Amino acid sequence: MSFSSFSDFIHMGGHGLYVWVSYATALAVFVFNILMPLRLRKQFMVEQARQQRREEQNASHS
Amino acid sequence: MWTWFHRLGSPRWFYNISGRWLPWLAIAAALLIFSGTVWALAFAPQDYQQGNSFRIIYIHVPAALLAQSCYMIMAVAGAIGLIWKMKLADMAAKSCASIGASFTLLALVTGAVWGKPTWGTWWVWDARLTSMLILFFLYLGIVALHSAISDRDQAAKATAVLALVGLVNIPIIKYSVEWWNTLHQPATFTLTEKPAMPAEMWVPLLIMVLGFYCFFMVALIMRTRLEILVREWRTSWVKELLAKP
Repeated sequence: MSFSSFSDFIHMGGHGLYVWVSYATALAVFVFNILMPLRLRKQFMVEQARQQRREEQNASHS
Repeated sequence: MWTWFHRLGSPRWFYNISGRWLPWLAIAAALLIFSGTVWALAFAPQDYQQGNSFRIIYIHVPAALLAQSCYMIMAVAGAIGLIWKMKLADMAAKSCASIGASFTLLALVTGAVWGKPTWGTWWVWDARLTSMLILFFLYLGIVALHSAISDRDQAAKATAVLALVGLVNIPIIKYSVEWWNTLHQPATFTLTEKPAMPAEMWVPLLIMVLGFYCFFMVALIMRTRLEILVREWRTSWVKELLAKP
């Protein structure tokens, strides 16, 4: 451990803000790269289901 | 060799096999990044000059390395798509663009945040920083070009050419710290020499780099699989897959 207390750890010897901003930005980039494809995939699934229903309706009408 | 190449080009084959790889890669990425972060933040010793702000290296270096590797993968995949008309390569190249852009931005932001306490400024127009900014704009250009051209094959061609032209920027980034006088410090890792830092500093850095690469594989596979579904939705195997629930 290179820190003696938790507040020391947060403070980072005066560089706390810089360090935590960096790690928070990294977290945001990770979350973005996981959530984006998941969201787009969900959108695509909803769109496909709608398409499917439309085709089935058209088939039953004709 | 060539049957392997053709199979790799088959979106269906890739979709199935990558679905099996994905959980293992995700576990590896999570373990590496988690242990690397804990080590980097709490256990690595302070730098004698920079104090604790040096802990930013554990995000900055992996992000910058990944940003450049991702660009090279994108350009090579684009070239494969151009030359052999391999659809899967086009899809992978497209998937690389936004992931690469996000990691380039991460490298730039962490660099700026690190520069403030170390150099006394957020930004300088020096060779390394400017060439990384150009890399970011190249990524943005490729993302924009993809959304501007509605024909998929045309878009793939145009972005592949842009990616290949932009490839000259990669050696410029790499050697910028040697060719020009710059504030930026030279490379931390080289293939030929031992790192100048003690092991308790560079081992977590290596773990983070590996973790970032595993994460990149996860993100790339997720995007490419989605791209496969979107482009192949008319084929019977995708229809079966989507019908399942």
